[in-house]
Amino acid sequence: MAVITIREALNQALREEMLRDENIFLMGEEVAAYQGAYKVTKGLLDELGDKRVIDTPITELGFAGLGVGAAMVGLRPIIEFMTFNFSILATDQIINSAAKMLYMSGGQFNIPIVFRGPGGSAYQVSSQHSQALESWFAYFPGLKVVMPSTPADAKGLLKASIRDDDPVVFIEQERMYGFKGEVPDDPEFVIPLGVGEIKREGGDATIVARSLTVPIALKAAEALEKDGVSCEVIDPRTIRPLDIDLIVNSVKKTNRLVVVEESHPFCGVGSEISMQVTERAFDYLDAPVKRVSGVDVPMPYAKNLEDLAIPTVDRVVAAVREVSYL
Amino acid sequence: MAKSNSEVRKRTPAPSRVGADEKSATGVLDEESTESSQPQAPAVDRQTVKAAQKSRIADLDRDTLINIYHQMLLVRRFEEKSAEIYSAGKIGGFCHLYIGQEAVAIGAISAIRKDDYVLASYREHAHALAKGMTADSLMAELYGKATGCSKGKGGSMHMFSKELNFLGGHAIVAGQIPLATGVAFASKYKGTDQVTLCFFGEAAVNQGAFHESLNMAQLWKLPCIYICENNQYGMGTSLQRAMSYQDISEKACAYEIASEFVDGMDVLAVREATMRAVERARKDYLPTLLEVRTYRFMGHSMSDPGNYRTRAEIEKYQERDPVKLFATSLKEEGVVSEEEFQKMDAEIRKQVEQAVKFAEESPLPAPEELYTDVYANPIEPGARN
Repeated sequence: MAVITIREALNQALREEMLRDENIFLMGEEVAAYQGAYKVTKGLLDELGDKRVIDTPITELGFAGLGVGAAMVGLRPIIEFMTFNFSILATDQIINSAAKMLYMSGGQFNIPIVFRGPGGSAYQVSSQHSQALESWFAYFPGLKVVMPSTPADAKGLLKASIRDDDPVVFIEQERMYGFKGEVPDDPEFVIPLGVGEIKREGGDATIVARSLTVPIALKAAEALEKDGVSCEVIDPRTIRPLDIDLIVNSVKKTNRLVVVEESHPFCGVGSEISMQVTERAFDYLDAPVKRVSGVDVPMPYAKNLEDLAIPTVDRVVAAVREVSYL
Repeated sequence: MAKSNSEVRKRTPAPSRVGADEKSATGVLDEESTESSQPQAPAVDRQTVKAAQKSRIADLDRDTLINIYHQMLLVRRFEEKSAEIYSAGKIGGFCHLYIGQEAVAIGAISAIRKDDYVLASYREHAHALAKGMTADSLMAELYGKATGCSKGKGGSMHMFSKELNFLGGHAIVAGQIPLATGVAFASKYKGTDQVTLCFFGEAAVNQGAFHESLNMAQLWKLPCIYICENNQYGMGTSLQRAMSYQDISEKACAYEIASEFVDGMDVLAVREATMRAVERARKDYLPTLLEVRTYRFMGHSMSDPGNYRTRAEIEKYQERDPVKLFATSLKEEGVVSEEEFQKMDAEIRKQVEQAVKFAEESPLPAPEELYTDVYANPIEPGARN
């Protein structure tokens, strides 16, 4: 096991999969000559050539649709959005073409494509460059949505996403590219989609977190442990399809649930998890489900306001204490 | 002849476009458009079109000509039947008919190989038939039956055949243009010489997807042929009310793409222009934009009352009905006799009736089909952990 960053783990996954299958190509803004806006694609142009690692104009709708078309006839595109903020321009092709093609063609055209890039909050880049969009994509049947929180998950899940025969929206986190962790060396290390993981075991309360909020939840669990509250931290890793069994089984054990997320609360993934737990484990809950979300405003620029907009360890601790009636 | 890309001059749009300057190459052009950069509706008389068409008939063998006419008539009868069953309440949803535009899909698709790709908009019954899909499978799709070309899940706007490389029916205006660009990208990536035809209406030209796609196609030299079916109305809004500069073929110059203006009422003119574009695409991986001027005789969809245009205008275009025009040319040139025409029409009518019978007798999709085809690799909860 090597200790590497999420950036390096993603880079390894891209490189290994592209070397394995020449039908895979990588396309996006600054992915080739510039080596990636966040250096995730560093070195790939030199190793794989400009036929397979392709710089695009700033034309998100165009190259997202181009990728879907190429996937219709046997290629396996990886489309990088420099950030998911720009995927908003491409949503017609992601939703109306990629997600629905298999269904509306009566099963004839599956779309093996990965749309990937960083999402969530960044550092003081204000409203248009700091937002969590997973609930948009997770809304649509036909798409799979993946959000890793560790280097190992990043590598194993990206490899699984590339090998998957359906469109996968793979949302990384801009603040997390430098996070380090152990990653298995085995090139066949793949984490199946749709399988969550218990990141910390505990018996008193369940915290469901994803992406950037996983390390926040783990720190909160550590702090709460000192107060004698044992938290189970679950990372579903795949948002759609959601490993709801893992969450429900944990809630049946702890009887308390807090969902932590960067996204706005209204119509968010946290709302969905809360609803499904209510449907399936209502009798096990000893307190109402509590959400700790990004606040319900566009992201501000000022550092002090930005800090207030994102979930913090303190807010998670307070939420767990609230559902524990402490 | 169309000029190759290398001959296209920068910032001087007019010379790159075949048509306005070289009328004889691609059929007949709107007379007014040569005088003004804002062409109005074409004012070509029937005799001029016929003369151009007849000169082309001489270059083609009888089987090809008959096959083209057969397909045009099949589309016409299929669409007439679609209107009839829609009005009778036997099919639902939207139904956008192609009557009046037959020369475009049939002419263009007659110029490509079987293994080439075609993508179209939601007005795609004709393109599907021209690509070799059966009237049975289309009619069953309209009826929402399990035997339909998309198993009853797509309907009128989403017809597909993987086997015949017909890549759909797409119902967001211009949505198919980036897709077709990607299909062409894949041909070049894989090193095949397959070309892609992408059909769309003139209203799609106002969408960003059109411009983004043309830019990429020329930037990366992709073998995609963009065929703008300019029927002059985006639903109920005329071209004049929707487009600041209406010479669509000239817009290709902004991307240094070769383009032609084609008379869409002459099936052979469309075929010839497409053949030139196909050669460019197959040999040199170069895209082309064809603006094919046509007219739909029916409303935008079956629910369109048509208040936005006059009966006189429709009748003016009906004088150049592409199916009747081609029939007359074939007859006058002695290619097909009146008797043979009658026989062909009777056979096609029978074929369309048979398609209706097939559709009506076919089973509905099984209720469990509701949940299939959402994912190619479905992840069932039980399969996890």
